[in-house]
Amino acid sequence: MSTPINQSPATKSPKILVFSTDKISDPGIDQAGLRKIHYAPSVYVISLPCSSGIKPKWIMHALENGFDGVFIAADGHECSYSSRCADHTNTIVETSQELMKAKNINPRRVRMAALCSVCAEPFMSHMENYGKILASLED
Amino acid sequence: MKQRIGVYICHCGGNISDYVDVEELGKMFHKEENVVVSKDVMFACADSNQKDMVADIQANNLDAIVVCSCSPKLHLHTFKNVAARAGLNPSNYVQVNIREQCSWPHSDRPREATVKAAGLIRAGINRVSFSESLENIELTVKKSALVIGAGVSGMKAAIDLARSGNEVFLIEKDFFVGGRIAQKQTLFPTNQNGKEVVAALYNEMKKFPNITIFTGATVEKVSGSLGNFTVDIKVKPRYINPNADKKAVKRAMDECPVSVHDDFNLGLVERKAIYKNYPEALPDVPLVVAEALKDAEDFTGKFASTLNLKEEEQTLSLIAGSVLVTTGYDHYQPKEGEYGYKTISNVVTLPELNRLMEMNPDKLVYNGKQIKSLAFIYCVGSRQTKGDNKYCSRQCCTSTIHTSLQLKEKYKDIQTYHLYRDIRTYGKQELMYAESSKQGDLYFKYEEKEMPVVSVDGKSTIVKVKDYLTAKKEMEIEADLVVLVTGMVAREDATTISELFKIPIGRDKFFNEIHPKLKPVETVIKGVYIGGTCQGPKNVSESVQSSLAGASKITALLKSGTVSVDPIIARINADACTWCGKCSDVCDYTAIKEILFGEKHVATVNKAVCTGCGICAPVCPENAIEVAQYTDNEIESMIDGFMMDFDIKEKGAGEVVEVEEEGKVGMKEYPLVWREILAGMTDEKNTIPEIVANSKLASELVTFHLMTMNRYGVVVPAGMDAKETYYYYKRK
Ligand SMILES: Cc1cc2nc3c(=O)[nH]c(=O)nc-3n(C[C@H](O)[C@H](O)[C@H](O)COP(=O)(O)OP(=O)(O)OC[C@H]3O[C@@H](n4cnc5c(N)ncnc54)[C@H](O)[C@@H]3O)c2cc1C
Ligand code: SF4
Ligand code: SF4
Ligand code: SF4
Repeated sequence: MSTPINQSPATKSPKILVFSTDKISDPGIDQAGLRKIHYAPSVYVISLPCSSGIKPKWIMHALENGFDGVFIAADGHECSYSSRCADHTNTIVETSQELMKAKNINPRRVRMAALCSVCAEPFMSHMENYGKILASLED
Repeated sequence: MKQRIGVYICHCGGNISDYVDVEELGKMFHKEENVVVSKDVMFACADSNQKDMVADIQANNLDAIVVCSCSPKLHLHTFKNVAARAGLNPSNYVQVNIREQCSWPHSDRPREATVKAAGLIRAGINRVSFSESLENIELTVKKSALVIGAGVSGMKAAIDLARSGNEVFLIEKDFFVGGRIAQKQTLFPTNQNGKEVVAALYNEMKKFPNITIFTGATVEKVSGSLGNFTVDIKVKPRYINPNADKKAVKRAMDECPVSVHDDFNLGLVERKAIYKNYPEALPDVPLVVAEALKDAEDFTGKFASTLNLKEEEQTLSLIAGSVLVTTGYDHYQPKEGEYGYKTISNVVTLPELNRLMEMNPDKLVYNGKQIKSLAFIYCVGSRQTKGDNKYCSRQCCTSTIHTSLQLKEKYKDIQTYHLYRDIRTYGKQELMYAESSKQGDLYFKYEEKEMPVVSVDGKSTIVKVKDYLTAKKEMEIEADLVVLVTGMVAREDATTISELFKIPIGRDKFFNEIHPKLKPVETVIKGVYIGGTCQGPKNVSESVQSSLAGASKITALLKSGTVSVDPIIARINADACTWCGKCSDVCDYTAIKEILFGEKHVATVNKAVCTGCGICAPVCPENAIEVAQYTDNEIESMIDGFMMDFDIKEKGAGEVVEVEEEGKVGMKEYPLVWREILAGMTDEKNTIPEIVANSKLASELVTFHLMTMNRYGVVVPAGMDAKETYYYYKRK
């Protein structure tokens, strides 16, 4: 890359990668923005059709390349694809945690919670709490 | 890998550039080797910019574009269309959300917002470098629709579909059409007779030779997909000889010696074992409960040529291009003892009262006693904070109040008491509430934590309620009849339909649409739509609106004989696949099948069925599955992009002002331009040219921002000026 890499203030709070869903939790995160509810700028979001489609491999890629934690903003019972979505996503978290253990990564570095399409405040408090937890981890 | 990428970073007239240094970012990405065009633009979505983008794409031979602006939910299709107009495949487009997910939530930290925006844009560029040109999948479709459930929703939709030239199969599980409205003598708000509405719709359907109605019919098996569903249905026999003389059939009904449970009248009375739901029920052929007549040999012998007790059920196979599910709802059935239901003799439900009213034209009598006073307990089986039914059943407040008006009109000397939690007579229905209060109906408000209690005291039935309207005073109401205002629940067999068609069910057990606002009648199953109350509580008008929306969607879908579906679906790398079947096990849509690939058994995806949910991808032990546009390369390169840090200089943060009229937009502060526009609105209402003149802002900027401000309720249109050239706007 041609641009210089510099230490930015953004790197001070834990970097969190959020996987959201196009129809439910990502609109909730947009709501937080619309209402100018502030959360840490070190939170980055990738939106997918369904949280059950997240590959543990991607979670590992994030954790091994500098992200402090991965947060899955799942649809819970609202998922329009599968009534078993919560179970599928949970399996993905568990599989990732197995992979993480093998690499001495603290399993708390992946977390999942259900978020709805108007869940602006809950998103902010999830980010705040998870940020604190991640900051306290020493693996 | 894409080599000639165009990047557009939007100011959004200040919504973004007040906090994120977009000019700096525009310059910065210009230095990237695979980026040919990198610009900051005032309004990416403006027509003028869209034209510039088309010109850029063509002049620079761009192979991919990234627009960094608002949420993709707003403008994804705008820019996909720009790409298409410039001759670029729209899947080589990525939208990066630097407004809702960057400038706005981080408006308190502009410098860090800029650093984050840089990472987001880098991720977008990385992602688009891996983008592939995808083509929509073309499918041929059969111009026929299957409508399941002949309630008011299904019948209205069937007529509409037929009028638009589709072949229609209407499947009704009951032996008579009409659904629930046939059970209501007088429907709000028009006071029409439910049975007459049913008859009118049935007669209308009969005018269309392209509608085939199957009664006593259920769906047994479904295969195929959008454009070509094969649906096997089972049609149960009526056991009436089709050639039988009408008079003989009538005599058989009259003389039938056996009685059975009467579902239509909710078990309040019994009916003959040869029956119609009600005398005018349609189709005009009764049904024989053959099982109940087993021992009535004298009778069946006498009517041997009228009855056909050996008739067998039939299975038919129908082919439909699309399916509309309108299977309706059930009444909530109170548990034994819930407010004394079934344990205290004069406790009934609202639907039961509606039937009683129809059966008692002159005097309301129940259990041999004339009813002079009724106490309604609202929200029974709805709005349960602890129970399963968390939702409000929407129509029951109105239905109760309407029933109360009907009671007074029909039986005159009657007093009603209404024990409610909240009255939800929205819209014009509120007028009925006012009328009910005027006629002397008494209202008491209870809370869920202190529910009314129904008890018996000697010969009287007493309802005790803590009335929140009179400082929680405990009231005792003596009532001849206690009526539980039961709500709507999903049909018990909704799960069967859900499994057959793979329609997801919500926590409330009703069918789930894709999105309540944006795709309100579509399901994730391509070609399968839902309408009416199978989706959730609705009154007749709302039910019909949704089923007609479904019908229009289907007509549009089937019109041309082919449909083109989204190419964002799963694909399987046959070289890596070892056919373990795991993907096929988790796919709720049975989109994955085993095929022979050379010598090898592998999984393959049915393109017409796959929804692109991606649920199959993480379970594959060989990592052989990817969903288009969500490939490992795309996602992992985005993660890499986020991780880049950039040398960003501090930019003046700009003044941050708290919005005085808090609560209108729910924003902590308005963007700078919005504030300038508001300052430019010097009169009570202003036109755009006036605001432009007052604020000295560019006309284009004011126009665009007013539109957004209008959407977020900061300003509202206030009519047109005298020459009808400009709209007035005023502060909300
Ligand atoms: C007590 C009460 C009073 C009401 N009063 C009013 C009123 O006055 N005015 C008003 O506007 N609204 C009223 N409503 C609401 C009204 O009843 C509904 O809006 C309306 O009946 C919805 O019609 P529908 O076609 O969606 O469902 P339904 O009427 O339930 O019809 C669904 C049909 O599908 C059939 N079906 C179900 N499952 C299957 C299957 N698997 N295969 C084939 N067929 C199937 C059923 O047999 C039925 O015929 C009232 C509701 C209640 C509870
Ligand atoms: S419509 Fe009225 S009675 Fe029905 S659940 Fe809602 S609040 Fe309760
Ligand atoms: S899970 Fe993977 S290996 Fe197994 S059948 Fe599916 S694609 Fe093939
Ligand atoms: S993405 Fe996979 S699980 Fe989802 S519908 Fe397609 S094949 Fe089935």
